[in-house]
Amino acid sequence: MAAYRCSLCARLLLLLILLLYALVHSEEIKQGNIHHVSGVNKPQTPAETVERPLEERQWEATEVNEAVSSDAAAHLLDYPGPDSVLTSTPQLKDDFREELVIRPLHSGDIYASFQFRTVWETDFTRGSKVSHYRLFPKSLGQVISKFSVRELHISFTQGYWRTMQWGQPYLPSPPGAELWVWFQDTVTDVDATWKELTNVLSGIFCASLNFIDSTNTVQPSASFKPLGTANGTDHRFLRYATLPREIVCTENLTPWKKLLPCGSKAGLAVLLKSEKLFHSSFHSQAVHIRPVCQDWQCKTTSLELRQTLNVVFDLHTSGQGKREWSLFKMFSRTLTESCPLASSSKIYIDTTDNPQEEQFELSPATPLLSQAVVLGDRRTFSVYDLTQQVTFGTVRSLNVLIRWKSTEGDMLRPLLHAERYVAGYGLQTGEIHTLIYNNHPFRSFPVLLLDSVPWYLRLYVHTLTVTSKGKDNKPSYIHYQPSKDRIRPHLLEMLLQLPPHSVTEVTVQFERALLKWTEYTPDPNHGFYVGSSVISALVPSTVAMSTNITQEQPLFSTFFPCKEESNYFMRVYTEPLLVNLPTPDFSMPYNVICLTCTVVAVGYGSLYNLLTRSFQIEEPSPGLAKRIANVIRKMRGVPPL
Amino acid sequence: MGLLSDPNRRRALISMLTRLNTPICVLCYFAGVCWFMGLAFEPFTLRTYMSENAMGSTMVEERFPSGERALATGREFAAHKKKVGGIPVDWLVKTMQARGLEVFTQSFSRTLPFPDENKERYIVKGTNVYGILRAPRAPRTEALVLSAPCSPGDQNNQAVGLLLGLAHYFRSQIFWAKDIIFLVNEHDLIGMQAWLESYHHTNTTGMDWSPLQGRGGSIQAALSLELSSDVITSLDIVLEGLNGQLPNLDLANLFYAFCQKIGVLCTIQGRLQRNDWDSVSGYSHAVQTMMLMVMKQASGRPWGDHGLFLRYHIEAASIKGINSFRQYKTDLTTVGRLLEGMFRKLNNLLERLHQSYFFYLMPSLSHFVSIGYYMPAFGLLAVILLLRALDLWVLIANPPAVTADGVADLEQSSTGVLSVLTPLVISHLTGAALYILPTHFQEIAVEHFPVSETEAVVLTAIAVYTAGLALPHNTHRLLTGEGTEQGWRVLKLVAVLYLAVLLGCTALINFSLGFILALTLVPVAALVTPHVPKALSAVVLVILSPACTLLFSVFFFQELQEMPVSFQEGWLLYLSVISQGILDHYLYGSLVYPLVALMIYPCWLLFWNILFWK
Repeated sequence: MAAYRCSLCARLLLLLILLLYALVHSEEIKQGNIHHVSGVNKPQTPAETVERPLEERQWEATEVNEAVSSDAAAHLLDYPGPDSVLTSTPQLKDDFREELVIRPLHSGDIYASFQFRTVWETDFTRGSKVSHYRLFPKSLGQVISKFSVRELHISFTQGYWRTMQWGQPYLPSPPGAELWVWFQDTVTDVDATWKELTNVLSGIFCASLNFIDSTNTVQPSASFKPLGTANGTDHRFLRYATLPREIVCTENLTPWKKLLPCGSKAGLAVLLKSEKLFHSSFHSQAVHIRPVCQDWQCKTTSLELRQTLNVVFDLHTSGQGKREWSLFKMFSRTLTESCPLASSSKIYIDTTDNPQEEQFELSPATPLLSQAVVLGDRRTFSVYDLTQQVTFGTVRSLNVLIRWKSTEGDMLRPLLHAERYVAGYGLQTGEIHTLIYNNHPFRSFPVLLLDSVPWYLRLYVHTLTVTSKGKDNKPSYIHYQPSKDRIRPHLLEMLLQLPPHSVTEVTVQFERALLKWTEYTPDPNHGFYVGSSVISALVPSTVAMSTNITQEQPLFSTFFPCKEESNYFMRVYTEPLLVNLPTPDFSMPYNVICLTCTVVAVGYGSLYNLLTRSFQIEEPSPGLAKRIANVIRKMRGVPPL
Repeated sequence: MGLLSDPNRRRALISMLTRLNTPICVLCYFAGVCWFMGLAFEPFTLRTYMSENAMGSTMVEERFPSGERALATGREFAAHKKKVGGIPVDWLVKTMQARGLEVFTQSFSRTLPFPDENKERYIVKGTNVYGILRAPRAPRTEALVLSAPCSPGDQNNQAVGLLLGLAHYFRSQIFWAKDIIFLVNEHDLIGMQAWLESYHHTNTTGMDWSPLQGRGGSIQAALSLELSSDVITSLDIVLEGLNGQLPNLDLANLFYAFCQKIGVLCTIQGRLQRNDWDSVSGYSHAVQTMMLMVMKQASGRPWGDHGLFLRYHIEAASIKGINSFRQYKTDLTTVGRLLEGMFRKLNNLLERLHQSYFFYLMPSLSHFVSIGYYMPAFGLLAVILLLRALDLWVLIANPPAVTADGVADLEQSSTGVLSVLTPLVISHLTGAALYILPTHFQEIAVEHFPVSETEAVVLTAIAVYTAGLALPHNTHRLLTGEGTEQGWRVLKLVAVLYLAVLLGCTALINFSLGFILALTLVPVAALVTPHVPKALSAVVLVILSPACTLLFSVFFFQELQEMPVSFQEGWLLYLSVISQGILDHYLYGSLVYPLVALMIYPCWLLFWNILFWK
């Protein structure tokens, strides 16, 4: 405590010196003000430009302070508040929060979702050069400023989210890699920037994002709107690409973990051990960067970096039959501390279906409860606050344990889900079927369907049919961009109205192209991937749907079913497709070449020759002596021999 | 080719070919037959070897422990089956769910074109139950299938038990990279057809099925399991599928490799392989095994539930457990381990099976004859047709002093062309009648004659076939009067070339069928002229006609299976084979019946026509 106070004094002293300095050079400050309207970096600019050594020393001091007194971080809450700390280091207003949500699933599996959020009150858009980073990873910051990125969403997923068994995920993502980026409207050559950006990201995340090129990039017109504060929705500045074949593994996890302020040294991130994370049914990690409002007036924006990691552990492969989960069993680690840099560090356990502990029992018990509306459903969570020392108990380690009591594992009927498959047989044509299920008993709702199909499946758009309940369902909006061979893929976006309690089937026929022989992958008989379709929907909330709302609630409040959360946004990805294309036999190219050449040269050539020529017997040309004799006879006027 | 462009030498070559035509043809025929018989001789065949690297050297450990539990499950299944009197859908759904699978059901119904008397079914209604084991961290793009039929009576209960046992064991493993679909299909092939059509959303045969709710992406390989006893002495692999399609040879190799590794006796065509290839009995054993495969392939019908997968480019085989009176018995745990091993290797596949052969014959499980070795046998037979065609062509071009002036010759050839068209059209119309009438006139036949529907269909087919024998030569006489010498030559030239093309195409798709047809039809095509003794030739021609070929094949097949039948039984069997062939066409899309009715039979009628030209 004493050490902490000392450091605080030192900081205040420094601040005073800085202020004095600033007063002397007031003109410079004004300039700084003009540049940084936000005011966040106000004192930083002079420090940066003039007093660099001084500033560095201060940062070291802070770091040492943080490292030395881990108690201090724990006691922050007791103190007037973290705000005071932030004001005491006014260089950067950034904030880091970490969270783990655990949802026991009906099937007996368990879903763990990590979220790490860094909010930084800075603005790259104004053309200023930001070179000072605290919590925000510098590698990403540089990318954002260099490529004028407004929003960036990247996800790596291994496995397919089983909606029928697990319900809806908090953050959906398609199998493989997905990247979508909104650029600033100052970018002139978006395609070139996009190309460069994918290559840079490929290096940062150790992934094959460099395989993103014009043949798998599309510009959706409606499906992907900016998620942050932005009013420009000109889709010329949007690029979307998926790599369904991308395999996610440790090499992608390590750079992802390095972006966290505490790395994997402290806080929730210690749980992210790759040998356990990849011993699971589903693994998805993502990075989302977007501008968010700083305050309720939204005069200035700050940058939000959200790193998420979702994982589903399988009951059967790791449970040994016992329906019992604990942090240790899932991650082979327990928690002993929160990240000292985090302003909030919490574990939420979804206990909505378990109000009286009839489904599972939770230990250690926690008095904290929290309610939130997630995906249109009011959920209750038990909360463990890791910044409180109490949470860790006497053993100074937290190992949350969930023990199931019931054993039922029925399939769910999610309000919206979709599947896709290739119909037909043979290697000439085929048909893509997309089935969209609306399981809402009485409400219809619109969905946006986005399909991006590689050029080597030539879609016959005239065969596009949309049927629901046996009737033709005319889409109210269609955006179709035909493919160009070897240049760009097909893009099909449709706005469909799904009737209540129905299955809508979208079918389109295609022809399989014969590729050039160098265009085949090294394993052509494996097939070629078609990325997931994306279904974006505004789904009526289940809160409004529930019929037994009358219990414990005044009648006047429940007449109109519409509440403010009556619709919620949801995105569903279908499975990717694996399509076989006509493939030559690569195993014997030499034999094939020899045989073909022989057949063409010998067989066809000579037959053609025989068939087109007419043969006549010709007298052999006369010998030299005879010719001379004839010349003489001609001169003599006698008929030749 | 210099030989052909020199007119003198060309003339010499042609005259030699026409002069020695008959001896060369006879030689070719016997050479073809001998070549074919030689294929089964072991030194002439290749040993099987694993071509696919992903399945070759990778180590797989088989640990399936619970054969006894699988047996218990099988007994439970049998009890529930008996109680429900069909497939116990609810019990299967519950059991599969308890094993951690995603379970779906599919109902289907099919009214057969006429009652199937072998299996006693006419209106078929059933349900398939399947559970999908979702591979961890795989995006539902690839799948493998393990199926077991839910047969009536006490058949295949152990297969379903083992399937559920394997499902339970597989579910607790982490290494799966492809979804595994465990399918219990009712009404054997009809159920399988319904499931496959629904999975691929096609409808080739007019079946009613409910759409599938869950899928696993593109199916890479499938195994169908048939087990009817608690212990087995050997395992038999069945490869022949619809229209004589065969799975990739690597699938058979995989089975053989695991049988060797685990120490289970394995057979093909129900026959063990012998090591005494140099003895006469050893050789005849190999010939019989190969002939069985040829007969089964030529029939064009699926010989197991796997047979329908092949249409969808899915490599599939049936594995049958056989319990005979041998001493050495294998329990279900071992069979389970074998299947586990096979599935783990299939799971390791990076690409579809494509490395090894798709066209082969197997004289034993360890040896195979590839397309390059067996095609010459057919080629030697087909060459006879071409030689005869050449001979006829020369004869037509230079008629041996029949007419003095060219004008009369011209006239004759023009009438020849006309006289060719009429028999061609009429014989094809007869063929079309043979294809259409049996199924369409069954009601009328049943009304007027005291026969069942099935009998009506078969007897109508035979009646149309026989009526065809009388039809063409009468009509052509009616239309064009007396046939000329030149006329039958042109007709025979056309018929011979037609047969050559027909047999060539058939042999490319289904070698066995092409070869058997060539064996009987080529002598007919080569020998027949209007000048041979009528009665004798007519008998020979009828004996070598497609229908009689089928009759002989039935007896020969029974002989090969060591189940000889009397003529009476054979005749009944023959009738049922015809009805099965027609049913296979309507139920599964087998092409043998339309091929014979619409192509081969009219072609044979042309030769029949030539015999009665004058």
